Amino acid sequence: MDASSPASERVIILEPGRAERNYWRDLWHYRELFAILAWRDVSVRYKQTAIGVAWAVVRPFLTMVVFTVIFSRVAKLPSDGSAPYPIMVFAGMLPWFLFSSVLSEASGSLIGNANLISKVYFPRLVIPSASAVVALVDFVVNLAMLTLLTLWYGFLPGWRALLLPVFVALAVLASLGPALWITALNVKYRDFRYIIPFIVQFGLYVSPVGFSSAVVPEKWRFWYSLNPVVGVIDGFRWCLLGGQSQFYLPGFAISLAVVAFFLWFGVHYFRATERAFADMV
Amino acid sequence: MTRLSDVVIRAEGLGKKYLIGHEAQRERYVALRDVVARNLRGFVRSAGDVLRGRQLIAGDEVEEFWALKDVGFEVKRGEVLGIIGRNGAGKSTLLKVLSRITEPSAGRVEIKGRVASLLEVGTGFHPELTGRENVYLNGAILGMSRAEIKRKFDEIVAFAEVEKFLDTPVKRYSSGMYVRLAFAVAAHLEPEILVVDEVLAVGDAEFQKKCLGKMGEVAGQGRTVLFVSHNMAAVQALCANAFLIDKGLLTFASQTAAVIRKYSETRGSDNPFFRTSRNLSPIYLTNANGKYEQSKESESAKIKFKLEVIVTTKLSAAFEIRVKDHLGVPVAFATIGGFNTAEVVSFVVGQHSYVVEIDASCLAKGSYLFSVDIAYPNILYFDRAEDCLEIDVDPVVSDGSTRMLEQRYGFGCVHLGAKLCNTY
Repeated sequence: MDASSPASERVIILEPGRAERNYWRDLWHYRELFAILAWRDVSVRYKQTAIGVAWAVVRPFLTMVVFTVIFSRVAKLPSDGSAPYPIMVFAGMLPWFLFSSVLSEASGSLIGNANLISKVYFPRLVIPSASAVVALVDFVVNLAMLTLLTLWYGFLPGWRALLLPVFVALAVLASLGPALWITALNVKYRDFRYIIPFIVQFGLYVSPVGFSSAVVPEKWRFWYSLNPVVGVIDGFRWCLLGGQSQFYLPGFAISLAVVAFFLWFGVHYFRATERAFADMV
Repeated sequence: MTRLSDVVIRAEGLGKKYLIGHEAQRERYVALRDVVARNLRGFVRSAGDVLRGRQLIAGDEVEEFWALKDVGFEVKRGEVLGIIGRNGAGKSTLLKVLSRITEPSAGRVEIKGRVASLLEVGTGFHPELTGRENVYLNGAILGMSRAEIKRKFDEIVAFAEVEKFLDTPVKRYSSGMYVRLAFAVAAHLEPEILVVDEVLAVGDAEFQKKCLGKMGEVAGQGRTVLFVSHNMAAVQALCANAFLIDKGLLTFASQTAAVIRKYSETRGSDNPFFRTSRNLSPIYLTNANGKYEQSKESESAKIKFKLEVIVTTKLSAAFEIRVKDHLGVPVAFATIGGFNTAEVVSFVVGQHSYVVEIDASCLAKGSYLFSVDIAYPNILYFDRAEDCLEIDVDPVVSDGSTRMLEQRYGFGCVHLGAKLCNTY
């Protein structure tokens, strides 16, 4: 038994208000728990719903059809360059659905796992981040649909698509920040969960999902990018629309800064409150 | 294991405080709108007080409750330590602090090595997942690595005796199978320090015995174990030393037998024997002890009580013993002189102790609460010591039977004799 030899033994000191010095190393140590919780969430989700995959397919498809009709046919908004409107909508919807489902899955996760929190120790950050994986699985299904759509239109994205993982990561980080903050608040004040459906519903219209962010007047565009999802969606379109979408760099920079701030704030708030979670759930 | 005597857990002045306010106690959780409403109300009230020139009362009344206070101890490597105390004494809080689930409010603990806590069997079991999947899930939650679980998988399954149902969702398991599987995972944990709370009280008698054996094995491997249980026999069997915790304070630490003795003494001398009108009564109880005894030869079992009384006026009265099961439901009654006044006890002035024996052969396994009354049948009670004793009835299975009646089956507390007859 290597682990029990005194040399490799770590001394843990428990004191009121003491920050865990090895927090991030500890988190790494619990990566297997992260994997297994993520796997549990995914497998339970697809076990319980008979039409799990179908649901993941139908919802974005119908949304795409409706948005194309309303924004392109009725409102006569232009697409990005020569890209077909449905593909442009889909390329914006992918990150939006990813963002909103990470937000809703993660923000309810601590309450949903209250039994674990009150009985076992592990870095609590594992729970909300593992629940984000379910959203990633849905994302992969959606991505497969987009691939079919681009093949149907014969509109291939080119080399820029290889940078997509960077923007996927950005979308996850953008939602994880607010999600961590809300899930921690939710432990103490249960009515914060009502905020999520509101953000998701409202955000769909203030983010450039059904239209291109190029239709926003030039003088507002910088301020419009304060919405972190704008930067993420612009990035996705830049990747997937084969150069038809113009990349607005100042806006992207401000989105990035907002994402970074929320992430820092979310993690900070979460860590400051997590030691008391077991007493509150 | 070279330094067998070194200290692995050192606690100094450890305390855990909970705030219990009026709102916090009434509701299971706090909602922001309540906080806003309460603060608003508090603000309006204090504003009113200021206007009327009264003294300001700060906020809502919040009471501090110390679940643990100034607890200090050391645990050496390889020691198996029992923690004894009544419900609500702070045992579980102590375990929660040591296993890092909750943070202490005062003091300091130093822990050397990996701690695994077993505060409940089957933490995180998901009903939709199969037995196999739950073994991996539960193992990971308890801190085992995937490779470790894989290595022990067959052993775990064999211990739980659920080989045939591995690929069935655990929601279809019987409660016995569920508990066996859950305990089996936990029993194969190999941390340096294991913290266990009252988990042996699950499963049937045979499985409990198996669990006890496994715990003993774990303890024998030089691992440090902190063990909380209400089962004094288990504590006695596993632990060399023990603590007594009472109202958040560590009141006594010594060898297990001495601590258990102290525990049953403090139980007996507590408030059931306190009455304000006591000095008006011509006779009252000052202490009661009891023990369960099963004779090896015959199948009979009895409970012996030692009742201490102070008599100020010479009189005759009956002893009445009321029995409740672990849920507090009255289940049995025994008396000396309560039904037949010819049997009443004649008390003379002074301090005396009486030994009363009752037949307990038909009682189901489990713990019982006893209340002792001194009464003049049908006329008046001189003294009543409500719930003054808790005694475990723990019969050993006799030859020929494989199981016995237990309280937790929910079949009742009395085992009635039965036989086949030829005529009706």
